[in-house]
Parts: sequence; C-alpha cells; structure tokens
Amino acid sequence: MKIHEYQAKQILARYNVRIPRGEVAYTREEAREAAERIRGTVVVKAQIHAGGRGKGGGVKLAKSADEAADIAGRMIGMNLVTAQTGSEGRKVQKVLIEEGLGIRQELYLGIVIDRQMGKPVFMASASGGMDIEEVAVKNPELILKEYVEPGFGLQAYQARRLAFGLGLAPELMTDAVQFMVALYTAFEDTDASLAEINPFLVTGGNKVYALDAKMNFDDNALYRHRDIKELRDLNEEDPLEIEASKFGLNYIKLDGNVACMVNGAGLAMATMDIIKLAGGNPANFLDVGGGASAEQVKNAFRLLLSDKNVKAVLINIFGGIMRCDVVASGVVEAARAIGVQVPVVVRLEGTNVDEGQQILRNSGLNFIVADGMKDAAEKVVASTRGIK
Amino acid sequence: MSVLADKNTRLLVQGITGREGAFHTIQAVKYGTNVVGGVTPGKGGTKHEGIDVFNTVEDARRNTSANASVVFVPPPFAADAIMEAAAAGIELIVCITEGIPTFDMVRATAFLNGKKTRLIGPNCPGVISPGRCKVGIMPGHIHLEGHVGVVSRSGTLTYEAVGQLSKRKIGQSTCVGIGGDPIIGTNFIDVIRLFNEDPDTHAIVMIGEIGGAAEEEAAAYIKANVKKPVVGFICGQTAPPGRRMGHAGAIVAGGKGTASEKMAAMQSAGIRVVKSPAEIGDAVQAGMK
Repeated sequence: MKIHEYQAKQILARYNVRIPRGEVAYTREEAREAAERIRGTVVVKAQIHAGGRGKGGGVKLAKSADEAADIAGRMIGMNLVTAQTGSEGRKVQKVLIEEGLGIRQELYLGIVIDRQMGKPVFMASASGGMDIEEVAVKNPELILKEYVEPGFGLQAYQARRLAFGLGLAPELMTDAVQFMVALYTAFEDTDASLAEINPFLVTGGNKVYALDAKMNFDDNALYRHRDIKELRDLNEEDPLEIEASKFGLNYIKLDGNVACMVNGAGLAMATMDIIKLAGGNPANFLDVGGGASAEQVKNAFRLLLSDKNVKAVLINIFGGIMRCDVVASGVVEAARAIGVQVPVVVRLEGTNVDEGQQILRNSGLNFIVADGMKDAAEKVVASTRGIK
Repeated sequence: MSVLADKNTRLLVQGITGREGAFHTIQAVKYGTNVVGGVTPGKGGTKHEGIDVFNTVEDARRNTSANASVVFVPPPFAADAIMEAAAAGIELIVCITEGIPTFDMVRATAFLNGKKTRLIGPNCPGVISPGRCKVGIMPGHIHLEGHVGVVSRSGTLTYEAVGQLSKRKIGQSTCVGIGGDPIIGTNFIDVIRLFNEDPDTHAIVMIGEIGGAAEEEAAAYIKANVKKPVVGFICGQTAPPGRRMGHAGAIVAGGKGTASEKMAAMQSAGIRVVKSPAEIGDAVQAGMK
C-alpha cells in the first residue's frame, strides 16, 4: 500500500526522524494560513501517490503567504502529469506547505527488502535529489549498501560506515547515525516494503532532514497495523480496482480491449502475454484465485464488463481442484444474470473438461469454446475485429 | 528416481483440521502419499480423517518419524509453523500458505540458516513426484510419471505446462512450485541443481515470471553446469512496470526484473526460451529428440 509524503513524514516523526515543519492544506485559504504560521519562504508540494512531482510542476517555492496561497490555489484541483503518472495524470486533492531550508548537500537514503539476500538492505548515495534508479543502472558503485540482520536492526557502526561513505562532515556524525537508525526502526516496525528519503538533506546549519519521504507497506502485514491501513487514499486508486478488492479479486486495469479472467496469477500474466502475441491488447489483469468459485466468476464478469473499452472477454480456467463443470455452470449463470453483450471465448482445461464444455454448448448462450491457450487467444482477438 | 519427495517421504500436515488442510490431506492420501500425522495445537490425541493429530511438530515427529511437513496454517501463524517444523528437525517443509507478511519470512528464513531443513514456498502449489508422492495442492491426475523436471514460480501456469507435457505423453520426474513471494525458501537455482544431479531427470522446464533476479542467477548456473536440455518461459511480458501482478513478488521495480531481461539471460545460457505459454510442450518434445 502506498501513502502520501505528508503521511510518511508523520509516521517518521514518531520515530524521531527529523522532518521539516509543515502542514497539509486542502484549500487556498488553508495554504495561506499554514504559510503564515510557518513564516518565511515555504515550499508548496502537491500530494499525489507518484514520483517526479518536481519536474511535473508539483513542487514550488513561495516567498510569502500570499504567493503560497496563489500557488496552492492553482495546484489544488489541477491534473498533475509526471513521468510516473502516465499521460492521464493525477488530480491534486491537497498540498503540503513546508518551511524552506537552506540546502548544503542533497543525498539519498533508501530501504527495501533484498530478495536475493532475504533481508533488508539500507542504501545510501551521495547522488541525492536525482533519479536514483538511473544511478543504480549507470553507476551502481555510487550506491552504498548495508544489509540488516532482522531482529537486530541497523547497527550504529553500519550507519557510521554509510555516513563516512557519503562524505558527511565529522560534526554531523551523531545526528546522521541517529537519523538512519531511526529510519530503519520505522521501516521494520511498520512492516514497510519501501522507505525512501530523497533528498536526505544537510542544511547550512549542519542538520540532517528528510526533505522528501516515501513509504510503501506490505499489504499482507496491514492486519497488524490498523493505523496505517486507515491512511489508504481511495482517490489515488482506480475505481474498478477498488471494486475488485472488495470481492477479493486481483484486478489491474490496462489500456487494451480484450478482457481476461483467469485463475492464478502466473496463468493470468501468461494469458495477457498470449493475447498480445495474437495481435490483441489485454484490457486487464484478473486473477480470480486458484480455486475460483461460481460467485467469484460472477463478480469478476460484472467487473470486466464495466470497463467500456472491452470488446471481448477471454475466460481461461485451468480446473485443478476446482472442477471445470462447476466453473462452466458459474460462467453460464453469470452470463445469464448480467446479460453479456460482447463475445465471450471460454477455454477450460483440467478436471471434467468435457462436461464443462458440454454445459457451455448446451447453455443456449453464444459462447465461443476454445481448445488450448493459443486457439483461445486467436479466437478472442478475431472476435474483437469482427465487431468493429 | 525423483527429487525432494518420493516413496520414502513420511508426511505431516500442519493445520490438518482446517478446511484446506483437511481437503488436501485426503487428496494426498488418495494419490498414495504416506501421510503419517497432522498437527493442530489443542487437538492433539484426536484423529482426523483417520490420521493421528498432535499438538506440536516435535510430538508428531517423535511418534511418527515424519521427515516432511506441508503447512496449511493461516498467514499470521504460518512463519511460526515453519520455524516449529525446522526446530523439530523436519527435513523438508512445503508451505502452501499465501499472504504471509514479508518480514515474517525474513525472520523465518534467517531461522532456517545453518539448519538441514529445506523450505519450499511459501505461496506455492508444492512438490509432486508423479506416481510416487504428492505434497501440495496440485491436481494429481494431470501428471504422468517420466523424466522431465518442472520448476516454476506459479501454480496454475505450472499445471498448464504439465498438462501440455502429459498430453504429449511426456512424463515428469518431479514438479516443484517454488512460490510467488519475494522471500522464498528454495529458488530456481536450488531445484535446477537437484534436477541436474538426478539421473532420472533428462530435461528441465523452468517457468519464471517478472520481478527479482532469480531467473538470471539460474541461467548463469545452467550455462556453467547443466548439459540437459532446458526449456524456459517467462510470464508477464506485457505487465506494466510498478504494478504488482497478483503474486507479491511479481513486480517490475526500478526498471529491474523485466521479462525481456530474463528471457535474454536465459537465451544466452542456451535455454530454449519460448515466447508463448502454448509452446512449452512442443519445445520440450523438440528438445528431447
């Protein structure tokens, strides 16, 4: 789960990670009042769940409260397009007003779980403020790494090694070590999957700050973090994906017009791939789960068809434990209940496949029954061309 | 011959009295797996489906000499179940549970370090050696005894590949689902090493997906060590970056873990990489000639 910058900063502040003074504003007037309280130069930052805000015009300096109000007034409600939002952009609902700080050095700190090592890795780089992914590709040696033993946490010596590696002045050491250890503690304590401070700021006054903060959390661990779960912002998510999550369906909307319904994540991805190979474009990723029930199939059907781009549906179910005849009955029942208007190609394989296909053929509904994944993909793509 | 599971496997079921655990216990017994006991804390001393239930893995192992365990325990308690089995000296643990917090698995895998226990999964279909032993949730009847080792990160996509093989009368020595989570006990490289050393496995099918770098590591190992024919497929070629495709581990993050990178690494290791999931069976047939 993703959260906003201001929310991440609030969490980090609880762990004594130093953040700039700031307030969230939902309106122009709130922005002015916040800027008046903070005083001096402030930064107005659009709060959306996507990076690249600076380049997209979502981060601006204001020298006065009036200017802050003007900037916030323009920013709130605007459609912010960044490298990470896609061309449609994201509507800005609120801004963060923060004190302006003198910048001496901009560095990078980040924590993720390293899959190969099976433990958290704390990364630091002197190339802060810019695209760290580019640094990772072009100059991986510029990223310093410390692996953290779970349960023990980041040790002070590790933080010192990073701090000296970054070239921080000796008088900053105590402050920087405290900052990094606190950041790691916040990461492990909250079951985060990502914590990123970019830039990690050294001010002219020799203090370190989290100038920006990004935190993502492990969805599987949210059951033990109710406070974090409440930070979910539905405005940042696709309405169809929100609907899907209510039914326990794994759905991701894509740009194409061939909807697909598959059991199992791997097979669902492979189905998208084969649709593309057949010359079509998948409208979504949808995993109804390893053991799809009739009810799940019905919910999934309704969801797929609410995407107006969809010109045809491909159902690809490998019935293992779940029998194909049961799946077929579910598909027939759902299609009747919903009144499907687009061609539906069904590919069933596995347990009781013959009975399942029989049920589809005898339903009186216009299913296109396919044999194998290739056949299914070709048939569904052909059917989208037929109704152009 | 086969790897990991065979006629000598003496299986415990952790979470045997739960819905999933109970159902798949019956399926495993029907397939011919030697299920020697189950574990559900608080239900020790009872029988479930005719199988003895114990309070702890330690009790169960002492009484049954079990050497393997399959875990159906719900996500909040699954990592603990894995550690309990490892502490009791179980050699093979297969964890089916989906949705275990990543940090729980970080701790559990650290706990396993230096122990002789091998963990498969979590979030996996399990291990099957056709005709001999089934430890997991895969449908037994789609498999056929034979000489192809299958290793995969996913469930139903593995069934798809196995289905294609069996249809062509190509049997399997062992099929291993290693799981779709970011932190798993056994990776491609571990299973491929086992297949490579197994004289009864003549060819290998490796089904990967986007995210991580396990396929690349396996490809490097194959290039250096494996003479048997290997067929590979990577799903998620059309997946958008930054989105988690169902499996917690299936995500292209920071431009890393793309399907094209993995396919290129596998191709350069001499693996026969198919673009379409429908071509896995044919590619194995061609490769074994």
